[in-house]
Amino acid sequence: MKKLFVLGALAAMLASGTALADTSGKKIAFSNNYAGNSWRQAMLDSYGIVTKKAVADKIVGAADIFTTADKEVPTQAAQVQNLILQGYDAIVINAASPDALNGAIKQACDAGIVVVSFDGTVTEPCAYRVVVDFKDMGKQEIEQMAKFQPKGGNLLEIRGLAGTSIDDAIHAGILEGVAAHPEFKIVGSVTGDWDQTTAQKAVATILPSLPDIVGVVDQGGDGYGAAQAFAAAGKPRPTIIMGNRQDELQWWKEQKDKDGYQTWSASIAPGVSSLAFWVAQQVLDGRTDIPHDLLVPYLAFTQDDFEAELPKIPKGGVASHEYTQEDAIAAIKANIK
Amino acid sequence: MRPEMTAASLDTAARTSAERGALARARLLRGLLPALSLALVLLAIAWLNPRAISYFGFSLMLNLAIPIALATIAQMFVIAGNELDLSIGTFVGFVGCVTATWLKDAPLIGAAILLGSIGVYALLGALIHLRNLPSIVVTLGMSFVWQGLAILVLPKPGGKAPDWLLGLMAFKPPFVPFPIIAALLIGLIVHFGLMRTSYGVILRGSGGNPAALGRAGWSLLKTKIVLFALAGLFGVLSGMALIGITTSADANIGNGYTLLAIAGVILGGGEFVGGRVSPIGAVIGALTLALAASPLLTFMHIPPDWQVAANGAILIIVLAARVLISRKER
Repeated sequence: MKKLFVLGALAAMLASGTALADTSGKKIAFSNNYAGNSWRQAMLDSYGIVTKKAVADKIVGAADIFTTADKEVPTQAAQVQNLILQGYDAIVINAASPDALNGAIKQACDAGIVVVSFDGTVTEPCAYRVVVDFKDMGKQEIEQMAKFQPKGGNLLEIRGLAGTSIDDAIHAGILEGVAAHPEFKIVGSVTGDWDQTTAQKAVATILPSLPDIVGVVDQGGDGYGAAQAFAAAGKPRPTIIMGNRQDELQWWKEQKDKDGYQTWSASIAPGVSSLAFWVAQQVLDGRTDIPHDLLVPYLAFTQDDFEAELPKIPKGGVASHEYTQEDAIAAIKANIK
Repeated sequence: MRPEMTAASLDTAARTSAERGALARARLLRGLLPALSLALVLLAIAWLNPRAISYFGFSLMLNLAIPIALATIAQMFVIAGNELDLSIGTFVGFVGCVTATWLKDAPLIGAAILLGSIGVYALLGALIHLRNLPSIVVTLGMSFVWQGLAILVLPKPGGKAPDWLLGLMAFKPPFVPFPIIAALLIGLIVHFGLMRTSYGVILRGSGGNPAALGRAGWSLLKTKIVLFALAGLFGVLSGMALIGITTSADANIGNGYTLLAIAGVILGGGEFVGGRVSPIGAVIGALTLALAASPLLTFMHIPPDWQVAANGAILIIVLAARVLISRKER
């Protein structure tokens, strides 16, 4: 009997999944596995702001957030299974592992649930992936550098956390940029782990052995540390690409006020969680033309607009952006071509 | 600890029948405690989300409890020998990485590695006994070794479970969900081996009262090796079961199991003093923990900021309840 009931419920869920347009009765869950740093906090905040409004506007029925501790894969897998049981129509997920959650993700898909992953994406083909174009970000760093340092020169590169796809992608973009701008030469590379303190130590260690540096290309979270290291070593201040952190933009503003210092800042917006939410909503809306891999733009600030953003970033935080439904539709459109 | 409570105290004959009756009642109560807490958690889940109490629901909620139950049994063997294993979590992760790589691509080499790792566990038992080392220190050290080896085998998350293992873990028997059958099987087999055979008594006794066993002429070295080898065996089973469910591996996949396994043993009626363990209780304890930590929490709709803390609070409440009730028993 129970089995029949479950099969019936499943069939009903599957049938309702194909209906067009109205998503006001749909429930979307957010599965998160870690909340212990400023980026993740900003990610949760952005998601909360956007989804609360979406629920109030009756665009979706419910949007609940579930967080587990310590990036544990089995715990998050169990959480996804529980969300299936709860009867959610879609799951937005920042996954603890790209592969090891595939079993649970597949079960969700089989139960007719839409799965949209972002930041920590999953490789299971049935899920959607919202991926930030990190490679282009790396390439753009060199393009911008060429504007500030038209004569070219020596660059120092600060890498991110080793072994991650993000570090690989940004690095590849930087190499591509340098290939297109032969006036630049990367003369040193250190690992900064996206952390100001680590970056400062690493840069301070390598600086004495380097020739004059005109620019620093990095991955965000490491620009302020690099600036401190150059200042402590008494070396001339190079053009340091920033990563949207509050301390980085603050330093940039101080330098700009002093002598018109110019640079550029880019990073992944924690609010990409809200974009993933809208993608899930669009899929629930019955759209079948959405590619499973969505490349979305990163968040960048220039000389003209960073000062307006600075007061909005909490101390120790990172600039974010809450995406709208229109943003999501535009991003999907850009990927269909 | 009262001497008559050590499982292998060999003086049963001296007891009066009244004492024996009281002891049996106390044992029964202690045996029922884990089942009671499981029933409570199930009731709470049924109340919060009736949809979960179904064939489909139990299959989903409990299948990740199977590797936890197996890891708990592994930890139980070590605790039975009056030791503690802090490396079981990373060991499960290591086994998972081997399962998702070697065992699929070169089954013979994979099997050899897994057998070899059980051998390493046996050697650890011997080392701890011969050198009289604290097991906590040795296994803490080993936990880093297993973690390092896991990263060597699988530097980036990935790999794939062998098809036969995927098939086994996705098995859907009629009427009763597979995880429940598996839990019953694990509990009963280990219960029979450890509680109903004469060598099982010796094994428990080696943790409860090693001096007496030593004087009676049993080799304590051998019992320690057997206990650790059994822990290794169930650690391997746990890692394989886990990968059968998740379908691919991650070097950090088992890290949380070390403490879950210890909590499962204690919740299931075991104690740190050695010899006092219960295999069926340990399996039920593992199921209770798996259900209390995740489904219960998800169904309760706690604000996200509090979820991680609530998870810990539930664990503490469940364990504290067990300690309170067993105090009353005395």
